[in-house]
Amino acid sequence: MSRKIRILVAKPGLDGHDRGAKVVARALADAGYEVVYTGLHQTPDMIAAAALQEAVDAVGLSIMSGAHMTLFPAVIDALRARGAGDICVFGGGIIPKDDLAKLHELGVAKIFTPGASTQEIVDWVEAVLRPRLDAA
Amino acid sequence: MSDLEGLVAAVRAGEQRAGARLMRDLDDRQPRALEALRALHPFTGRAYVTGVTGNPGAGKSTVVDALIAHYRATGARVGVVCVDPTSPFTGGAILGDRIRMQRHALDPGVFIRSLATRGHLGGLSRSTFDVVAVLDAMGYDRILVETVGVGQDEVEVMRSAHTTVVVTVPGLGDDIQAIKAGILEIADVLCVNKSDREGADRTVRDLLHMLDLRPDGDRKGVEIVNTVATRGLAEGSGIAELAAAIERHRALAWDGEPGKARALKRAAAQVAELVRALLADRAAAALAAGGGLEAAALAVAERRQDPYTTAQAIVDAM
Ligand SMILES: Nc1nc2c(ncn2[C@@H]2O[C@H](COP(=O)(O)OP(=O)(O)O)[C@@H](O)[C@H]2O)c(=O)[nH]1
Ligand SMILES: [Mg+2]
Repeated sequence: MSRKIRILVAKPGLDGHDRGAKVVARALADAGYEVVYTGLHQTPDMIAAAALQEAVDAVGLSIMSGAHMTLFPAVIDALRARGAGDICVFGGGIIPKDDLAKLHELGVAKIFTPGASTQEIVDWVEAVLRPRLDAA
Repeated sequence: MSDLEGLVAAVRAGEQRAGARLMRDLDDRQPRALEALRALHPFTGRAYVTGVTGNPGAGKSTVVDALIAHYRATGARVGVVCVDPTSPFTGGAILGDRIRMQRHALDPGVFIRSLATRGHLGGLSRSTFDVVAVLDAMGYDRILVETVGVGQDEVEVMRSAHTTVVVTVPGLGDDIQAIKAGILEIADVLCVNKSDREGADRTVRDLLHMLDLRPDGDRKGVEIVNTVATRGLAEGSGIAELAAAIERHRALAWDGEPGKARALKRAAAQVAELVRALLADRAAAALAAGGGLEAAALAVAERRQDPYTTAQAIVDAM
């Protein structure tokens, strides 16, 4: 039996709605993936702990608060601190061009800006996560 | 030390990363993972497993969240398995039970794992048994298994539990009807959650009435507990009473001679389930080798052959 892609979708930080995160979670589930959804107001530590216990392939973060330069690295650090640095981190949000390159350098695998369609996200999962999983 | 020995040692030491990955490999039916499970079997059997089932929205996850807090306060380590259905159309699933349990996210004595049913024959997540075994070997004393209680599948899942709690809510005549369809029979403890709502007393009366109608007619063993799970462990939430009812069922069902008989039944159910699952795997392989189910069914659809002969030929080829 082939492996099933598992993705944790979380909404770190303080801003108060998770519509975008839910849309992405639903789209990923519709594409045939198992999506662990942990809801609003998650700290980077909580996200990393959940990702580790759920043994997901990737963590998708929705960050609209402008705190992307702190939250993305914090999640990556929290994963590494738990020996789970191999779990891929991606996300979406309103992120200035300059920051995109920096985040990439810090280890964020991919950022989808608000215009991205859910199909683009699914295509990326198939192109990047699927081969990694099949090779494991 | 071989890889396998290393993995077994890490799981027994309670290393979360190792345990979580093993669960994943078991869920993906990786042959190596089954080897590890075999090696871990001697180190399982210590945990007490409580199943929590009931209709969607009844408050199962909230009850589980409160029970985690209750057991943590006693010093026990708690493992949780949340099973949600896989969509038969997409193969995907949204696993959202953790949302209600996030206050335990950073507690090193709590391990929460979400599973999808993955359309396993009969609908149950075959992996539920396996994941429970890994949590057991990792040293979690209390294991809580949450499933949506809709039918036969959940009855199967609940066979892996020592005590089964069925969660219902007041005020829904239909809900009671739904419960009647099979699920009441598996209840060791009935939890009337959302007892802050109107009609809780009425629901208890209805349940008592229905329990009387059970074929075995023995309602004395089945306790009904009112809870308001959103109140957590606060006075009057009923969670301590629910935990006490679970303990009384444990003493009644699992101590002494009756306990031995039950343990045998539980083991028999697990073996039977595994045999079914292994046969299903073989049948799937035989079908795939023969060009798939649709190829085999073509002659039936065109009425050149009867389905009984077709099915027998597939089984004979296994
Ligand atoms: N009023 C009230 N609401 C509750 C109670 N327990 C749970 N809920 C709410 O019921 C909804 C569904 O709860 P959840 O635990 O997710 O149900 P599940 O689908 O059975 O796991 C949530 O909004 C809970 O906050 C309770 O005792 N009283
Ligand atoms: Mg739930």
